Amino acid sequence: MSAKIKIATTSLAGCFGCHMSFLDIDERITELAEVVEFDRSPLTDIEHCGPCDIGLIEGGVCNSENVHVLREFRKNCKTLVAVGACAINGGLPALRNFVSVEECLLEAYRDGIGIDNPQIPSDPELPLLLDKVHPIHEIVKVDYFMPGCPPSADVFWTFLSALIAGREPKLPYELVHYD
Amino acid sequence: MSGTLTIDGKTIPFAAGQSVIEAARCAGIYIPHLCHKPGYAPHGSCKLCTVFVNGRKTSACTYPAAADQNVVSDTPELQQDRLRLTQMLFVEGNHFCPSCEKSGNCQLQGVAYHLRMLDNHYPHFYPQRQVDASHPDILLDHNRCIFCNLCVRASRDHDGKNVFAIAGRGINKRLIVNSASGQLKDSDISIDDQATQVCPTGAILVKRTGYQVPIGERWYDRQPISELALGKEDSHER
Ligand code: SF4
Ligand code: SF4
Ligand code: FES
Repeated sequence: MSAKIKIATTSLAGCFGCHMSFLDIDERITELAEVVEFDRSPLTDIEHCGPCDIGLIEGGVCNSENVHVLREFRKNCKTLVAVGACAINGGLPALRNFVSVEECLLEAYRDGIGIDNPQIPSDPELPLLLDKVHPIHEIVKVDYFMPGCPPSADVFWTFLSALIAGREPKLPYELVHYD
Repeated sequence: MSGTLTIDGKTIPFAAGQSVIEAARCAGIYIPHLCHKPGYAPHGSCKLCTVFVNGRKTSACTYPAAADQNVVSDTPELQQDRLRLTQMLFVEGNHFCPSCEKSGNCQLQGVAYHLRMLDNHYPHFYPQRQVDASHPDILLDHNRCIFCNLCVRASRDHDGKNVFAIAGRGINKRLIVNSASGQLKDSDISIDDQATQVCPTGAILVKRTGYQVPIGERWYDRQPISELALGKEDSHER
């Protein structure tokens, strides 16, 4: 039996900056590795997460695959954490909520500047776009929120240290930023 | 009339004509607020400053201070109400702080930090709102307007111009510009007007002034609004 805490992480509609910020905890990652084990995460290349203690979700929900991944995380993670502005309020990807999906696709793949081979991607393997980008709390119940774009490494550290130790995570004033 | 009242059990003095929020501020007690500003006629619209006065809920910015009042402000219940009101302001507009020049100097954000707001709680409206970039010196981004009416009051009462007004009701309310085209460039606003300085959010910005102070070193990055808003309020409310 593994006594280690299991953590899964994923990026939905986000820029991956939150994961990079997580890695910015630098050498503290070895301390973390003593007590946690990573399930699905970019570090492990596991495709579907199994039962976990903590799930960290970066990014909002912009397509059908994001919905599936988010539901899978919710089902498997005892504690689900929305990480960063996109997961919390849609973030910059949600700026497309003010134009229609059609306009958005046309601009990106047909009419935009510098497009070589204009065509709307239509491979059946591609997940379908939702008409709007949603924050994750609109789809599943979220237990904790780590604001920031991205949350700083110290936010990750403070937050995870508390959760792992079984304490209620509390961020001091200096660590709460929305930008 | 002047005398003393108590707020959260502390006895403080008040001067004739002061509202509860002003008496509190002068005594070093912060009551969260967004539509109030010292020197401006009260508007009473954001309801963030709601307190109990002698057992009844009222807006501290519109309620006259009086002798022997018992004011209650800092309770978990009132702070929770303020948190929910602030979250509503975030979801009813479009607030993408990472892309906002005002970030760090924004009172909406400052109040949210004070209230320990970590999420927006409600489903987002993502309303369709316009940006009016027509004026050479001043930008008006309706996405960030919280209808505090401060620009309306500044233009009307301090600049003598009436450039702004709030039209409509409820979710259809909007800030309008008094010009034939409805655009800022055709109004008589000028860069020296108080109306360009007063907005608590990033809705009215003076162009070419953003990022003079780097993000991370701005007002609420360094000091909580509860401290900055006391006494020398104008130091953070440009
Ligand atoms: S106005 Fe304030 S709350 Fe709104 S986006 Fe700008 S910084 Fe954020
Ligand atoms: S533009 Fe700014 S000052 Fe004017 S009502 Fe909106 S938030 Fe208030
Ligand atoms: S500050 Fe009193 S209602 Fe807005």
